[in-house]
Amino acid sequence: MMQIKPILAALKRHKAGTILIAMQIALTLAIVCNALFIIHQRLERVQRPTGLVETDLMAIQTRFVGTEESKAGPLVKMDLQALRQLPGVQDAVSLNSYPLRGGGWSTGVRTDVDAKDSKAHTTQYFGDEHTLPTMGTKLIEGRNFRSDEIIEADPQAVPDPASIIVSKALADKLYPDGHALGKTVYIGDSKKPSTIIGIVDRLEVPWNGTWSDSFYENSLIQPVQLTSSFTNYLIRTKPGQLADVLKAAPAALVKVNRMRVIPNDRGVRTFAEVREHAYKGDRGMAILMGVVCLVLLGITAAGIVGLTSFWVGQRRKQIGVRRALGATKGDILSYFLTENLLIGVAGVLIGALLAMGMNLWLVTQFEMARLSIAYVLVGVVVLLLLGQGAVLAPAMRASRVSPVEATRSV
Amino acid sequence: MFVHNLRLGATSLRRNVLLTALMIMSIGFGVAASMVTFAVFRAVSGDPIPQKSSRLFVPLVDNRGPQYNRRGEPPSALTYTDAMALMHAHKATHQTMLFPVGLSVMPEDAHRMPFKAAGYATYADFFSMFDVPFQYGSGWSNEQDEGREPVIVISRELNQKLFGGENSVGRRMTLDDRQYRIVGVTDHWDPKPRFYDIFDGRIFADPAQVYIPFTYAIAQRIDTYGNNNCGSDGKRGDSWDSWLQGECVWISPWVELDDAAQVQAYRQFLDGYAREQRAAGRFNWAPNNRLRDVREWLDFQHAVPPESRISLSLALGFLVICLVNTIGLLLAKFMRRAPEIGVRRALGASRADIYRQFLAEAAMVGLAGGALGLVLTAVGMLGLGMVFEPQIARLAHLDASLVLLTLLLAISATVLAAFYPTWRAAQVQPAWQLKSN
Repeated sequence: MMQIKPILAALKRHKAGTILIAMQIALTLAIVCNALFIIHQRLERVQRPTGLVETDLMAIQTRFVGTEESKAGPLVKMDLQALRQLPGVQDAVSLNSYPLRGGGWSTGVRTDVDAKDSKAHTTQYFGDEHTLPTMGTKLIEGRNFRSDEIIEADPQAVPDPASIIVSKALADKLYPDGHALGKTVYIGDSKKPSTIIGIVDRLEVPWNGTWSDSFYENSLIQPVQLTSSFTNYLIRTKPGQLADVLKAAPAALVKVNRMRVIPNDRGVRTFAEVREHAYKGDRGMAILMGVVCLVLLGITAAGIVGLTSFWVGQRRKQIGVRRALGATKGDILSYFLTENLLIGVAGVLIGALLAMGMNLWLVTQFEMARLSIAYVLVGVVVLLLLGQGAVLAPAMRASRVSPVEATRSV
Repeated sequence: MFVHNLRLGATSLRRNVLLTALMIMSIGFGVAASMVTFAVFRAVSGDPIPQKSSRLFVPLVDNRGPQYNRRGEPPSALTYTDAMALMHAHKATHQTMLFPVGLSVMPEDAHRMPFKAAGYATYADFFSMFDVPFQYGSGWSNEQDEGREPVIVISRELNQKLFGGENSVGRRMTLDDRQYRIVGVTDHWDPKPRFYDIFDGRIFADPAQVYIPFTYAIAQRIDTYGNNNCGSDGKRGDSWDSWLQGECVWISPWVELDDAAQVQAYRQFLDGYAREQRAAGRFNWAPNNRLRDVREWLDFQHAVPPESRISLSLALGFLVICLVNTIGLLLAKFMRRAPEIGVRRALGASRADIYRQFLAEAAMVGLAGGALGLVLTAVGMLGLGMVFEPQIARLAHLDASLVLLTLLLAISATVLAAFYPTWRAAQVQPAWQLKSN
């Protein structure tokens, strides 16, 4: 580090360029910080666990045709039998929905029969005793349903079940003391209590939009086999047999009953595909922001290169004089590096404030989360390094100016 | 003279390829990023029915009361009871109710597999209210609503698939196990976002293919293919009839009101209705109704993904950075030519001449940047498929207005950026430059 005074004196003669570079750095810092922060939040969403063991898992969506809307009970039974008998299938279940699928049922639940207020909002899954083994969801308290507890019901008229299984998040919400097992809840506006017989570690709702974030871990499973002509089969295959079952399962279903529709685009999917589809927007957003940030840093670096080159060109004579008076190449190099660092520091200070301000605006406008200081600090370091990197080439050129230049006129 | 300016400009731009290239790239990237995000924004937040959006309203009735409401808002759809009450009251110029249906089309040819067609059960007014264009025939009549007739309107796409695109009005088709008579074929109609059915989250879904009378669907007990939200203090019951009479909400209501007086009158009608229900003992709370037009409704439902709005603001910031960058580079470029300016001024060029010369150069840079920006925008549009849901990406296509806007933005932004450097260049003192420094 060398004398800063002469640098400041020189910068005073290049006010416009100095201000422009500092502004450039400030704006870049503010925008890149916020963009990276948005990426981070997106990726956090994408990595949220569903509570399912997602390997060796697949889903089929089907609708029977020619049967009455709510009389498909026996057909679903036949389908399940065929699926469970397939070699390579470990277990299968018919559900109204499953995590990340994007459509399903939701309701309020109460713990007090006379309460007008629901205590929590939750999604409802309807399935039989194969639901937990197929999902791979971990039971942490209580037990699974028994097959004799399963009732068949028309989706328009689901009776309130005697027993239910809930996710831990919902159990804690309903009974904060942690003793939810064996306690009762009232689903929707029911007057009939349902007893919590089991608690699973984690089970997400079928939606992943921001609107469901407030209750996305609240799930309850009802021991009900819906007789709707539209259903989803979740199938767990034996390890490594997913590819075979992907082909075999729909074929087996068509063999059991031809009068059905399995849509082409989303009819048969591995769970990896379900996940990919659900978070396409989130991942895409991250990619878009990432590309924007990279380009932005490139542009900023280019701007610094351009302006510094101009300065070097303007000062060839002065540099020559300094060299003639005994300054080394290193002195010249460090002069320009220091100059850039000074401008950079001014820029990142303003930029840090801008970044916070911009984040505050995003918070008020879009209910974004608060920007953490770590982001700003990383951004500051990155931009200072970028500045030093960008100034290196013009500074090297400056250091190669020969002392003879001092004697030349322009 | 202007041509001469351009020529001089071109020469000087060629003289310093690196700086010129940097400027063009800076503008190109900045403009492209802004344009791509702007296109997405425009696609998802545009008014879906600009000619009528201020006359179409969603009437909502609070059937839950303050204990069950989220933030005091009534549910976003109606119960069957309230939907029927509004239909029968007939207090608006036009009114319709709708809910999504998913029906299986049974092909005439037994060897072909049946396939799914999604659409809506609705009332006759639907087609006139939402200005649905018809290729053949028309919607059905109010009498057919009352008669619960099995008539159907199909989309152009479905008509293409089933009848090869010919006029199929009057023909019959089988959906599930019911026969319908085709009365109309809509032309391609797919307002985005799908404002009339936000309740079911089908905002950017593929266009509806079938429309059947609401009354017939209810008579046949065709279930909703959309959301059904039961979260209140009503009897849900355990049969179709008790579900219909219960307090679950699943029907999207729409009314058309022509002027402020009508809107006022309709609000009063809704409040009166709620008071009646209270008197009848169904509600035990004060009237809490809502009447929002299309834009208010979209806004209230957050129907515009936050992604697109955030990315738009970031893209604008991006453009600003590129502009600041361009100002710096132009400054470097112009000041480098101070000696040349000095000579020109000494030979009698006025300040205005200098202004013209440099702004012409800036415009050329802007044009080149705009051209690069266009190419990059096109590439970005291709990439949108990866970023957003295909339905949204499909909307954001590169059209003529966007091309023009891109070029205009690039040129005006660059000329704007050039003002300061040009002013600096024009300040150059002739005599001082002629001396050696």
